[in-house]
Amino acid sequence: MIDFVKIASVNDEFFRDRSDGGCIQDNNLFCPNWVVDNFDRYVDPTLEHLVLVLAAVGIGFAIAFSLAILAHRRRWLASPFLAATGVLYTIPSISFFFLLLPLTGRGTTTAIIALTAFTLQIIFRNVITGLRNVPTEVTDAARGVGFTPRQLLWRVEIPLAMPEIIAGLRIATVSTVALATLAVFANGGGLGAQIIVGSNLTFKTGIIVAGSIAVIMAILFDALILLAGRLLTPWKRAAAL
Amino acid sequence: MIPLATVPVAALGLFGDAFNFVFSGREAATGGVQVGGPDQVLDLAIKQIEVTFLALGVAILLALPVGLILGHRGKGEFVAVTAGNAGRAIPELALIALMATAVGVGLFNLVVALAILGIPPILTNTFVGIRQVDRSSVEAAKGMGMTNREIITKVELPLAIPTIMGGVRTASINIIATATIAPLAGVLTLGDLIISRNVYGDAGVLAGAVLVALLALSLELALSGVQWALTSKGLKLQRA
Repeated sequence: MIDFVKIASVNDEFFRDRSDGGCIQDNNLFCPNWVVDNFDRYVDPTLEHLVLVLAAVGIGFAIAFSLAILAHRRRWLASPFLAATGVLYTIPSISFFFLLLPLTGRGTTTAIIALTAFTLQIIFRNVITGLRNVPTEVTDAARGVGFTPRQLLWRVEIPLAMPEIIAGLRIATVSTVALATLAVFANGGGLGAQIIVGSNLTFKTGIIVAGSIAVIMAILFDALILLAGRLLTPWKRAAAL
Repeated sequence: MIPLATVPVAALGLFGDAFNFVFSGREAATGGVQVGGPDQVLDLAIKQIEVTFLALGVAILLALPVGLILGHRGKGEFVAVTAGNAGRAIPELALIALMATAVGVGLFNLVVALAILGIPPILTNTFVGIRQVDRSSVEAAKGMGMTNREIITKVELPLAIPTIMGGVRTASINIIATATIAPLAGVLTLGDLIISRNVYGDAGVLAGAVLVALLALSLELALSGVQWALTSKGLKLQRA
């Protein structure tokens, strides 16, 4: 476990490198030369961060999507599912990490469980809204031409709900990228470790670099999912033409 | 002699230790001083509530009027929606760390940082909520001779309350969660029990985690009560 009390100490390896003149010693807001020399130290934390986000959103999507389909078939399940995922969404992740302490200890698994729990509500809510917004005329027509319930779900309802599903996935992913910086408290690695340990919370350039990588990662994920959504809803583009 | 009441508590293992930490305190892991106990825990909890309400209040005061005016005029959609998207991408830990190191520690700076997290969802939801108000209701209000101010406060605002409160609740969840890492910015909240494990031990960490979770859930419950109270009778009937 990281010793958080040492955050005030300055004798870190960051400060041994004095090649950058006064910038590092003065701890100016941003030391570009230091970033160029030390960029490799951010590669592993970035990859760890990616793993945290992909695992949490991937598992979260699988669970929330299944719950939403179940609640779409059995309407009465929607309220309890919404309430349960709401509780998981409301509990702060940092608190969740340590509620899991007696069960899963500290580490990546704990961080992924807590982050997954956070994503459920966002995805569940959007999938169920998307499915409910499918016009009745459309589902009636599909039944009329002989679609089975399974065909109706996969070939009519889910494709038409795709914009809402994609919107939920974007919100969940972007929020999780930001939130995963807290995984360091669960010893789960990621970019947060470069903020709280790597820079001892005192080296501004270190905080800015780690924070910026997280923001850029969030923007890239957002753009990627947006693009995937466009590809999955080709009829929208056709209508726009 | 062991009091009978401690027997079932001990059976709960670490959760029992956390329970004892809150209600009777224990010696610090670093030795010497006594930590935990109802007084200290209550102080930390009150600080966290104070910080959360201050930041939420500042965020509402800044974001609500701007969202109302932009929504009423139908202008600035790009700004309002982009703010919401960008707000979600702010890494909480980096924000607090940067605030503490680059600007300074203390209550004021912390509240500013937390308000920054709260503004985007309130601004976006207020804008969207106002825009979603049926245009014919607004036209009807104009026809009745209502002024712009009356249209905003008597027609658009009441109809947009559910959406606006959704934004306020999202903001409050972000703020109370981030207030947990406030000790990094020099303000001791319940999060100190979690972060300073070398002082409070595992019992303190778990006690902090349970209390923060309960606090967040209570706030969410309270805000859903506020939302219910603010929602006009007409809207409630419509839903029923």
